[in-house]
Amino acid sequence: MKSDIILAGVGGQGILSIATILGSAALEADLYLKQAEVHGMSQRGGDVMSCLRLSSKPIASDLIPKGKADIIISLEPMEALRYLPFLAPQGWIVTSTVPFVNIPNYPEYEALMADLQARDNVVAFDMDAVAKESATLRSSNMVLLGAAADRIDLPVEKIEEGIRRVFARKGEKLVEQNVAAFRAGLARARELSNPKS
Amino acid sequence: MKTKTLLLGDEAFARGALYSGLSGGYAYPGTPSTEILEYIQSSPLTARRGIHSHWSSNEKTAMEEALGMSFCGKRAIVAMKHVGMNVAADAFVNSAMTGANGGLIVVAADDPSMHSSQNEQDSRFYANFAMIPCLEPSTQQEAYDMAEYGFELSERCHIPVLFRIVTRLAHSRAVVEVDDEPRPQNELHYPENPRQWVLMPGNSRVRNRQLIKDQEMTEREAEDSPFNRLTPGTDRTLGIIVSGIAANYVNECFPEGCSFPMLKISQYPLPRTRVAELADCCEAIMVIEEGQPFIEEKLRGLLDRGLTVHGKLDGCLPRDGELTPDAVAQALKLYCPSLAHLSEGFNAVNEMVVPRPPALCQGCGHRDVYSALNDAMKEFSDCKVFGDIGCYTLGWLAPFNAIDSCVDMGASITMAKGAADAGQRPSVAIIGDSTFTHSGMTGLLDAINENTPMTVIISDNLTTGMTGGQDSQGTGKLEEICLGLGMDPKHLHTIDSLPKNHDAMKQLFVDEFRYEGLSVVVSRRECIQTARRHAKKG
Repeated sequence: MKSDIILAGVGGQGILSIATILGSAALEADLYLKQAEVHGMSQRGGDVMSCLRLSSKPIASDLIPKGKADIIISLEPMEALRYLPFLAPQGWIVTSTVPFVNIPNYPEYEALMADLQARDNVVAFDMDAVAKESATLRSSNMVLLGAAADRIDLPVEKIEEGIRRVFARKGEKLVEQNVAAFRAGLARARELSNPKS
Repeated sequence: MKTKTLLLGDEAFARGALYSGLSGGYAYPGTPSTEILEYIQSSPLTARRGIHSHWSSNEKTAMEEALGMSFCGKRAIVAMKHVGMNVAADAFVNSAMTGANGGLIVVAADDPSMHSSQNEQDSRFYANFAMIPCLEPSTQQEAYDMAEYGFELSERCHIPVLFRIVTRLAHSRAVVEVDDEPRPQNELHYPENPRQWVLMPGNSRVRNRQLIKDQEMTEREAEDSPFNRLTPGTDRTLGIIVSGIAANYVNECFPEGCSFPMLKISQYPLPRTRVAELADCCEAIMVIEEGQPFIEEKLRGLLDRGLTVHGKLDGCLPRDGELTPDAVAQALKLYCPSLAHLSEGFNAVNEMVVPRPPALCQGCGHRDVYSALNDAMKEFSDCKVFGDIGCYTLGWLAPFNAIDSCVDMGASITMAKGAADAGQRPSVAIIGDSTFTHSGMTGLLDAINENTPMTVIISDNLTTGMTGGQDSQGTGKLEEICLGLGMDPKHLHTIDSLPKNHDAMKQLFVDEFRYEGLSVVVSRRECIQTARRHAKKG
């Protein structure tokens, strides 16, 4: 198996927790893993990206080559589109549709969504709304992980176990909230599209 | 017992060093090196063994503290970002002259592509001219394994070892197999040759000859190093020399194995015999290395002709920015046309996607300082503000556009002084608390001694913010430090950087800008990120 995943978002949105959970699940499944992230200045509200590579064979590069990503997972629609050159021809985009506007020249929202929706293999919905409904607003990153779960080459239960392990030391309530958000994201994505065969 | 665990490159090295009998970790925070000391600080072994793990005031003090520990026979590491090497350079270069007693590893984390830095300098050049051996791991596992190896090398050759890593190793996580049994720490023991540690000219001349002679020994170490590997290949039209993580990008291009002979270099001085071995069997050479063309320049003697050498100097690979698997595929395509598919036909980015630069956090005190400063500047025709290294460098960006320079740690105060000396009024420096104690205090002493007409704003957020909130050496004593240096208390002011103090802060700035002498304003408010963390802990 092999999954090359691009995680995208704005500094502070919590994409690195997604990487931690998938990392934990991969380690448990005895897979190889490489995950490159950027710390420091770019974390201050700028665009952030992390490459996450899972494989049953040894992985060479920490960075995903262009045209090779199986999936782009993003908490922000414009950030999802930023990394298109990395996406493989049949790759998927899973993104929240909630814009994070912290720059004066943010593109026109309708045009952005039109570009996104015109593409094949897109799962896009308001993840903040689903997070609020199923858990708390802060869990929208887990909604995103749920929405992407069917398109990552790891069993869904293994990812859920990863969430439980990673949040275990923060208490039962937080674990349940995050699992609930994850399941809600998964369910919503399945409603919106046919899962992988 | 061995365990598999998920570690950043930084953490893998730290773990390796800790379990190889480390007695002291020394560092000043700097991306991408910060997580090394943080890992050591959080390890239970550190507490159990009483391993030193406090942050130092700057990279030079860290380097010297570690050298003192090595003098006493114990194992120490110093960790810094690449530009920290410039600060530590005096101590680093001279540590080759003293040599090491206990194993001493100096980690320089380079940042090609400048994800969080002001230049792309390549630390291997420091090792080269100081005549210090250099290790350059290509994977997280090697970063772990090479820590113990590095201590042994340092003790075997009686010299410090430079450990060069780059962002994409430092900040990339992978599964690492680690040992659970820590090696004992060294006992206190003194250098065999105490004279070598007193670098007076008479001693230094003797030592310098020895150091030059020792290059044979350190080069032989590199020739025999298990980390320098020559892999044979069937296609001799090209021989590839890779160093550090560049090896991974080449392997990425050839998942079924590379048909060109390949020499992977992870230990310097450059193993010349291994290089000759490769060159003798190939028609051309391509050097693929992260950073500046260090190996490549060594291969291109000014007058030697014959063998074609490809790399960054002939434009085969980009001269700036970090390497990527795509750039490496593009270069190798010259000799291996089947790689063409790896470098074309990608999706394009819609042009409506615009850059999203970083910004100061909402609720950050630096915002209040800049907003008051900008209003104060409106009362003067041409105010110049010299900035420094930290979150507040973001004050250059919109909406503040408030600073005119950012060069190196501490340069705000000294450049403002030079500008004031040149006749600039008002001349203003803005510096953070951690940067002030790193390299600002000495410059302030110059200004105090001359009562230079300028204003220094110390924007104190009680932490080292940009690197994620490490302890800052001056916390709670900035005013005392200024007074201790001889600052006139009448022009030393403290104000809380809060929105409600906007008018008072603005007026304070205006008054001090008009004063024909030195003023220091300490504007204080805890970093919003660390404040949140503290609130959570209760």
